[in-house]
Amino acid sequence: MASAVLLDGITKRFPGVIANDKVHLDVAPGEIHAICGENGAGKSTLMKILYGMQRADEGRMLVNGEEVTFHSPKDAIALEIGMVHQHFMLADNLTVLENVILGSEPTNRGVIDFAEARRHILEVGEAYGLTIDPDDLVENLEIGERQRVEIIKVLFRGAKILILDEPTAVLVPQEVEELFRNMRELKVEGHTILFIDHKLDEVLEIADTITVIRAGKTIDTVKPEDVTAQDLAELMVGSELPTPETRESTVTDHVVLEAIKATADDDLGSPKLRGVTLKVHKGEILGIAGVEGNGQAELVEAIIGMRPLTGGSISLENEIMKGWSVRRRREAGIGYIPEDRIRRGLLSSFPLWENAMLGHQSMEPFVRNGFWITADSARDHTKKVVEQFGVRTPSVEVAAHALSGGNQQKLIVGREMSADVSLLIAAHPTRGIDVGAQAAVWEELRHARAAGLAVVLVSADLEELIGLSDRLVVMLRGDLVAELDPAAVTPRDLGAFMTGASVQGGGES
Amino acid sequence: MSGGPRPSPDLTTGWKRFTRGIGQSSVLGRVSTLSARNWILAALGIVFLLSLTQQFAKLETSDLTSSGTWIIALAWSVPIIMAGLGGIFSERTGIVNIGLEGMLVLGTWFGAFGTLLYGPWWGMVIAAIAGSLGGLLLALATVTFNVDHIIAGVAINLMAPGITRFLSSIHFPDRGGSITQSPTIVGVSSFSIPVLSGGIVFGWQSPDILGRIESWNWFFVSDLAGIMRGFTSGMSWLTLVAILIVPAATWLLWKTSFGLRLRSCGENPHAADSLGVNVYKYKYFGVAIGGALAGFGGGFLAVQLSGLYREGQTLGKGFIGLATMIFGNWRPVGTALGGLLFGFAETLRLRDPRAAHALLLLIVFGLAVLLFRALYLRKAKAASWIGVSATLVLVWYLSTNSVPNQLPKITPHIAVLGLLIFATQRLRMPAADGQRYRKGEGG
Amino acid sequence: MSKKLFYVLAAPLAAVGVALIISSLVLLIAGANPFSAYSNMWEFGTRLETIIETLNRATPLYLSGIAVAIGFRMNLFNIGIEGQYVLAAIIAAKVGAEINLPPVLHVLVIILTAMAVGAFWSGLAGFLKVTRNVHEVISTIMLNAIAVAGVVSYLLSVWDVPDASLDTALKAIPESGWMPSLNGWVEVFTRDIKRVELWGFILVAVVVGVVYHVLINRTRIGYDLRASGENPTAATASGTDPKKMIMTAMVLGGAVAGLVGLPELLGSSHAYNLRFTQQLGFAGIAVALLGRNHAVGIAIGAFVFGWLDRASGVLEVRGDAPREIVAIMQGVIILAAVVAYAVVERKRRAEEASAAAAATAAAKPPDQVSVEEGGAS
Repeated sequence: MASAVLLDGITKRFPGVIANDKVHLDVAPGEIHAICGENGAGKSTLMKILYGMQRADEGRMLVNGEEVTFHSPKDAIALEIGMVHQHFMLADNLTVLENVILGSEPTNRGVIDFAEARRHILEVGEAYGLTIDPDDLVENLEIGERQRVEIIKVLFRGAKILILDEPTAVLVPQEVEELFRNMRELKVEGHTILFIDHKLDEVLEIADTITVIRAGKTIDTVKPEDVTAQDLAELMVGSELPTPETRESTVTDHVVLEAIKATADDDLGSPKLRGVTLKVHKGEILGIAGVEGNGQAELVEAIIGMRPLTGGSISLENEIMKGWSVRRRREAGIGYIPEDRIRRGLLSSFPLWENAMLGHQSMEPFVRNGFWITADSARDHTKKVVEQFGVRTPSVEVAAHALSGGNQQKLIVGREMSADVSLLIAAHPTRGIDVGAQAAVWEELRHARAAGLAVVLVSADLEELIGLSDRLVVMLRGDLVAELDPAAVTPRDLGAFMTGASVQGGGES
Repeated sequence: MSGGPRPSPDLTTGWKRFTRGIGQSSVLGRVSTLSARNWILAALGIVFLLSLTQQFAKLETSDLTSSGTWIIALAWSVPIIMAGLGGIFSERTGIVNIGLEGMLVLGTWFGAFGTLLYGPWWGMVIAAIAGSLGGLLLALATVTFNVDHIIAGVAINLMAPGITRFLSSIHFPDRGGSITQSPTIVGVSSFSIPVLSGGIVFGWQSPDILGRIESWNWFFVSDLAGIMRGFTSGMSWLTLVAILIVPAATWLLWKTSFGLRLRSCGENPHAADSLGVNVYKYKYFGVAIGGALAGFGGGFLAVQLSGLYREGQTLGKGFIGLATMIFGNWRPVGTALGGLLFGFAETLRLRDPRAAHALLLLIVFGLAVLLFRALYLRKAKAASWIGVSATLVLVWYLSTNSVPNQLPKITPHIAVLGLLIFATQRLRMPAADGQRYRKGEGG
Repeated sequence: MSKKLFYVLAAPLAAVGVALIISSLVLLIAGANPFSAYSNMWEFGTRLETIIETLNRATPLYLSGIAVAIGFRMNLFNIGIEGQYVLAAIIAAKVGAEINLPPVLHVLVIILTAMAVGAFWSGLAGFLKVTRNVHEVISTIMLNAIAVAGVVSYLLSVWDVPDASLDTALKAIPESGWMPSLNGWVEVFTRDIKRVELWGFILVAVVVGVVYHVLINRTRIGYDLRASGENPTAATASGTDPKKMIMTAMVLGGAVAGLVGLPELLGSSHAYNLRFTQQLGFAGIAVALLGRNHAVGIAIGAFVFGWLDRASGVLEVRGDAPREIVAIMQGVIILAAVVAYAVVERKRRAEEASAAAAATAAAKPPDQVSVEEGGAS
């Protein structure tokens, strides 16, 4: 029997990165096939290619044994492929029914046949145990219900091959159970399901086959009965340890940053930090590991002052920063390499020298008396940064958007390090940049540490974390669940802590 | 709320807290989903407040519920309502339409000119076409060239009076008008409903039942009859067309696949695109239909209400239409109600300045209703705010004999600002309204 | 250098070109000869008196454009200039008429009053945005109507001074509160000027333009403002307070908007009356768009619009065409300009990116690459 989906040698390049590198994927009809990998491993891109939202640069795609080329999702839908996106594609102010039928409305001379639509939706829902009220407004639905709407949407169009992009990421455990029940029913009905996940216990529970992707490459395809969660974690994060740094510890006992039982909510008001307590010393890099969405972003924002604490305290050099504005914190010596450089770290259409000021625009050498911009010295300073940190650019007058991602990142790293800071928050400092730039950024972080900076390093790249950190903590569900010695830890252990497969009681220290 | 188990406290509370604000639909938004019976009850409630006000303000005016007032109020609300509906069609596809005023202006000129050439019916068709051309220009700029919606709208507002002034100076002086105005024109004829309001059928003068009841001057009963007579007599056929457009718009937007696709473009264009909906096409359609409606409103203003085109006669009615659209929560029926309210205020100002003063009392009664509601729902803070404002307005009413003549004119603007300030979470504009859209970006 | 200049000029020139073509078509349709119309306009428009009148027209347009541009610089659409300046003008006129002060001080008080009123009215919209998240486009539109159709109309009826002329007008400002004509200064360089006076307020406009340019480009406030407009999230992360920035931009814009009515008030009418020039607020939006929010660009835009307004009078006199064709030209210029700016900007970005890519490929240290560094910014 032909494979339901066969991807062969799929390669997809984006400026500066290879998202998929000769990926091979073979999905048998009627199976639940899990695709595992870390964030940024290229899973979502691969699925978007399969759904016609993006086109591969190289490689072949076979659906039910026939080679296909997709120009848009329409082509995929026509071949009975449906996708449930990680970020739901739903219009909040429309009803469930309207969302489901949109684009494929049963009509009678242009007038929607609501009775027929309702009947069909309920029929689909009943067949797979997906209960939903078609007349509810989507905005009144909870997340699990929204997901059911997305699945019904796909089934309504007669999809036989379903792609679920991280369906469990937004669900609470009970909803995950229900989702899995639905998936099993779909399988019984003969549907093929591709689903993306990085929670290993879930994958092992539901999948018939597991393909692991790392850094855009297919690593292995395994059966769940043949592997343990530990094996999978190792496959996901890579087994080779980075060569241990032969370096002297520069850690002092001077505490630069201290958080005591810090708690904070996300934008919707649910708690995201649940009492984080940590210390960072002068000359120390504290690595924070964790699957994304476990509170790292909120912790960073709380330190920089963009997110208010709901309890506990964070202090810099023994001074509690309660009520400090972002600017005051910046002026007090906090540097910040944001995780999303385009959104948080750059003024795209501004020249480089004005970007080099960002975050330090109240300080020398960019302004005099905190008011007058000193353009000449700012330009000189920028030229120094460009030179010292190897930013490739024709001049400092070029707009930031003209630079490649790696060069933009080097500019940001250079900007923060060349300023007079005592604490550096580096969130995913090497994400999405090429290998050369990555090495350069690492080197600079080591220099900074040697020069006595305290560094908080948040990263999803375990190699980076283990190679750079003096101490490593693991964040899970808004809490620090483990403190590890990077010299002794294996990625396998780390992966187990991150995914909650193993839990350590409290910290070691 | 139906559905799955929700044991986890964190996600649930957060999500609940998030949805609590927007989950409640707006006053008018909810009204528009009411059943017919509730509709009638709500309308009777409003009439009751009006007749109560009329009762107390007897010495000042007898115009609040007279059929004469409401005949005019209905007619004068047509341009506002049409502009508001035009805004709805445009913004439901996600295009903010500041250019309504300009499209209205185009409508006034072309309506008048078309009427001069071919009579009022064709004149109105030409007005609508002119308005939709203005809409297409807006769509070209915003959808195809991705120009910011506000900027493009402002440009249209600047350009439209230039075009009409230019055209007038070419066409009207020779025809007995001038550079700034057209010769007088005659609109379409009016009718009254037979039996109810004394309409004439085949030469037979039918009885005027409502008129008779109105003349009894009974509390509420005669007031109701007066208002109903306002809606059933002395109405131009064009007004009838305009009234019919309101339910037609609701039907088109909510009952047809065309309408669903159109609305989906304003709510989540990427979702629409992922399901194969041609987002650009529907945006063009929405803005063009919106322009046509605004053009119709402008034409009505010139042809039916003013009997001529005069430069600057729109007096910002496009912006009032925009305000009305917000007031009606981007829904046709609510918008029509808002337009009627604003048309009523304007009519009182023109007919009888002292009646406008009585409006203060109406506001007091309206606030009193809201006060009882707040007390019933045990919202102490809201109740105290409403109570204080009601008292202030009452003091104002009792201590004066008239209100500044300007007040009724700016009622719509103040009402909308108030709504945005105090009930902003109850308003539900299309989620992707005003955002630039490029196919394939995002999602 | 020439390439840079090309990018600066391409869009406005294209816009004017398109406007000329469309206006020519309209003229042809109207049965006029475009060439004779344009040459008449040119001949009339280059007279000294026309230039003076153009400057008088351009001065308030310029101030209005700057007021809009301050908001635009941080992505705020303050389209409430209209209400802000009309309200400011009537209150400043009243204050100016009621007080008696020595000449310069008197003018100063009037100017400050107008700025304060404009800032207050605009600040209202800012306050609503910051506290209640009311979009400034809607609130300024509503506040426009409330100011013009409500407050100003009411004040005019209350403060109206009955006099022989039957004109609805406020009491006139005494002469100590007038802005002197600049004809004397101009005539040093030119022949005598007939009939028209160059309003002195143009000097204030020049000062406002310089202050705007310096503030926006050379100070931290300007940087914070521009950064907030370009990328609010990044600006917040860099330490700017978004709410403070919104208030700052709205109040500054409103203060400048308050000045828009003063050239006329202090230069010629000396009293607020029914005929006081309106619609300058919306024209300011056009001028700011045309001038790309740049102090000099806005000046050019204001001059072009003012010139079109003034020089077009001749069309009617000579029987070429109705002067109203100018309003169409202005509208076309704006629409064409916004589209052209978008197109040129895309092209410029692409070229910049390829230049940067080339630099990366060459992998030369930056100080050895000589690509027009440090050019005029």
